[in-house]
Amino acid sequence: MSTDLTKLIGRIVKAPENFLGEGELEEARKARRGFMGKALAMGAGVASAALAAGARAAEGDDAILTLPEHSKTLGQPVAALGYGMPSKWEKNVQRRDSPGLTRVPQSSVSFTPLQGLFGMITPSGLHFERHHQGWHDIDPSRHRLMVNGLVRQERVFTMDDLMRLPSVSRIHFIECGANTGAEWGNVALPTVQYTHGMLSCSEYTGVLLSTLLEMCGYDKKKGKYVLAEGADGSSMTRTISIERALDDVMVAWAMNGEMLRPENGYPLRLVVPGVQGVSWVKYLRRVEVGDQRYDTKDETIHYIDLMPDGLHRQYTSVQECKSVITTPSGGQTLLDKGYYNITGLAWSGRGKVKRVDVSVDGGRNWRSARLESPTLSKALTRFNIDWVWDGSAAIIQSRAIDETGFVQPKLNQLRAVRGTKSIYHNNAIQSWKISPNGEVSNVQVS
Amino acid sequence: MKKHTYAILLAAAAFACLAQPAAAQNKPWHALGRTATPAEVAAWDIDVRGDFKGLPKGQGSVSKGEQVWEGKCASCHGTFAESNEVFTPLVGGTTPDDIKSGRVAALAKGGVPQRTTLMKLSKVSTLWDYVNRAMPWNAPKTLSTDEVYAVVAYILNLGAVVPEDFTLSDKNIAEVQEKLPNRNGLTRLDGMWETKGKPDTANAACMKNCATDPVIASFLPDFARNAHGNLAEQNRLIGAARGADTTRPAPAAIEGGAAAARAAPPAAKATPDVPDVKQLLAKNSCTACHGVSNKIIGPAFRDVAARYKDKAEAASYLLAKMKNGGTGVWGAMAMPPQGQLNDADAKVIAHWLVAGAN
Repeated sequence: MSTDLTKLIGRIVKAPENFLGEGELEEARKARRGFMGKALAMGAGVASAALAAGARAAEGDDAILTLPEHSKTLGQPVAALGYGMPSKWEKNVQRRDSPGLTRVPQSSVSFTPLQGLFGMITPSGLHFERHHQGWHDIDPSRHRLMVNGLVRQERVFTMDDLMRLPSVSRIHFIECGANTGAEWGNVALPTVQYTHGMLSCSEYTGVLLSTLLEMCGYDKKKGKYVLAEGADGSSMTRTISIERALDDVMVAWAMNGEMLRPENGYPLRLVVPGVQGVSWVKYLRRVEVGDQRYDTKDETIHYIDLMPDGLHRQYTSVQECKSVITTPSGGQTLLDKGYYNITGLAWSGRGKVKRVDVSVDGGRNWRSARLESPTLSKALTRFNIDWVWDGSAAIIQSRAIDETGFVQPKLNQLRAVRGTKSIYHNNAIQSWKISPNGEVSNVQVS
Repeated sequence: MKKHTYAILLAAAAFACLAQPAAAQNKPWHALGRTATPAEVAAWDIDVRGDFKGLPKGQGSVSKGEQVWEGKCASCHGTFAESNEVFTPLVGGTTPDDIKSGRVAALAKGGVPQRTTLMKLSKVSTLWDYVNRAMPWNAPKTLSTDEVYAVVAYILNLGAVVPEDFTLSDKNIAEVQEKLPNRNGLTRLDGMWETKGKPDTANAACMKNCATDPVIASFLPDFARNAHGNLAEQNRLIGAARGADTTRPAPAAIEGGAAAARAAPPAAKATPDVPDVKQLLAKNSCTACHGVSNKIIGPAFRDVAARYKDKAEAASYLLAKMKNGGTGVWGAMAMPPQGQLNDADAKVIAHWLVAGAN
């Protein structure tokens, strides 16, 4: 700032109505000078106050008794950051990759730090990432969407065309089919970020796929499936049933009020509510209507669930009802005995979450948690419940029930049907152990 | 009505149908977008389905596939597609009996270290489609149709599905399908396909005295305490909990305020003026094949540095090697051209190598 502040000291800008008389103005000037004098004296006292901090502890909290710099100095101007960033104190809340999980960072995953988030919406910069061949920042003016196959008219849309169409805005969760996949056989990961962090929830804006399919005149008799295809190196492809495509699938360009982030498919991605993330094709360039499933790489080699009899279960897509406590959770340490608000997330690919129960004794007794509003279909739901920790060892769990009445399974119930090697679609009840030293760790109970 | 007038009207009606799909023609937005040209559809409609719809005509022999493989595939997947260094193995774990039955026995029995692509592959169209759309890794969609046939033939030969003198083509690919070791290895549960489907588990929402005393069946061993980095740095510095300091053994008792006091603010990292070479190496996938001080598939960076440290024009030589690829200097394994590497990054890496790769 170039303004000389000393020239402003004690200066009173006249009110537009001139309602202060000259005498009143003189009173005001005196009061102002007096205040500045006191402030200077206090400033001089800061050094000695620091030395005497110990002695002053008896008087109260130094954070209160010693005025902080931000109370005594000029702050930053507007638009100092054209795009605002989180506080520097929040640097620990980052998406992270899991050491040793993958060997090539372009074909890898980073996990959302669920342990540090609130409510139901995932900040866009913390949305988990899954790339199969690296991400790109695509020029939207050169991006096209083609609809072809069993349609009366094969069509091409620019981003301009798409963004002129009637749009919808909806909140949905996206979960990778492999979320919690490392935990089928045994405990493998320390924190909820790594066990459950391939999970995010955003408000998406886009056009319903049904609008596009109708514009192109899809074949209502023969058209049984659609194939979605990306524009990136791997040009990811996945089959979706025509029923699903006509229901609530969106071709989205926006996430949480702004355009999609490049890591999440800018400028266009498919949103397939309730279905695993691999079907939410990023950099969407093509939708084909067909009469058969396509048996793509991610339907025939990956995203197939190995069953105990050696058969792979193919076309598993739904993310079934699931929940997890995010605080207290693995890798955290409680500061003291006493009251805690147990908080977590619940979701279902089949609709709304109806109820979440919480146990603090390893599953013997359960209490129903408070669900925060709104509770939306195929969206994350935040739950909270009171708990007073007495300092003894405890195992805490959450169990979600969705509007179809489906109850989130125990791990041994899942294993009884699917064995321990299916990698995908592990929606088991998660257990966290709280030790008397306050540390929370990942455990599985039988 | 005269006969020819009637015909014109019919033609006009047919044209209107084509231009405006009936279902949407009353919608005010029906005119947005335009008809795709045949050339546009041909350029993008590359998918090949299980019944081989979409498969272009062509052919490729195992021996031609081997040539393509050595130059463009082996650096990641290994000479025999068995490498587990960069990606999981493509070939291995299948037997002649599996080829007869169409079920890979090891999937039920276990006993193999991991599932290879050929153990899982149930449709040969999938392999063709994916090689065509996504390979080579750093230059997808650059193989010719015949090269794709050849590479697929080579992989299938490594898995003993086709003989060494085999030439795969659009004419015989359906016969090859009937030899895939895991062609009968799939099942479905419709309840997991549609969101309205029926699930395969049925837990009950018991509320009181539900289970016997819970027994901890699995937990992380102490030696893994810091395996995912210091968890204190992965949690917020304020609030109901902190991250555990996993650089130290677990405390004997609750530390309360002491734990809070230890949670110092993160040191603000100054933005480096010089790009971090290690980040560039990871970003450009160099570290998939090269270690700083250890050989992986390619030589260690320090070995490269030692060889070229006194050579004239070493930096520009190495820069060209990175961009254009090479073979024969460090062994038979070729390094493919690194098209994704931009000039600025390549320059930084080349100078770092010449300076000793430290």
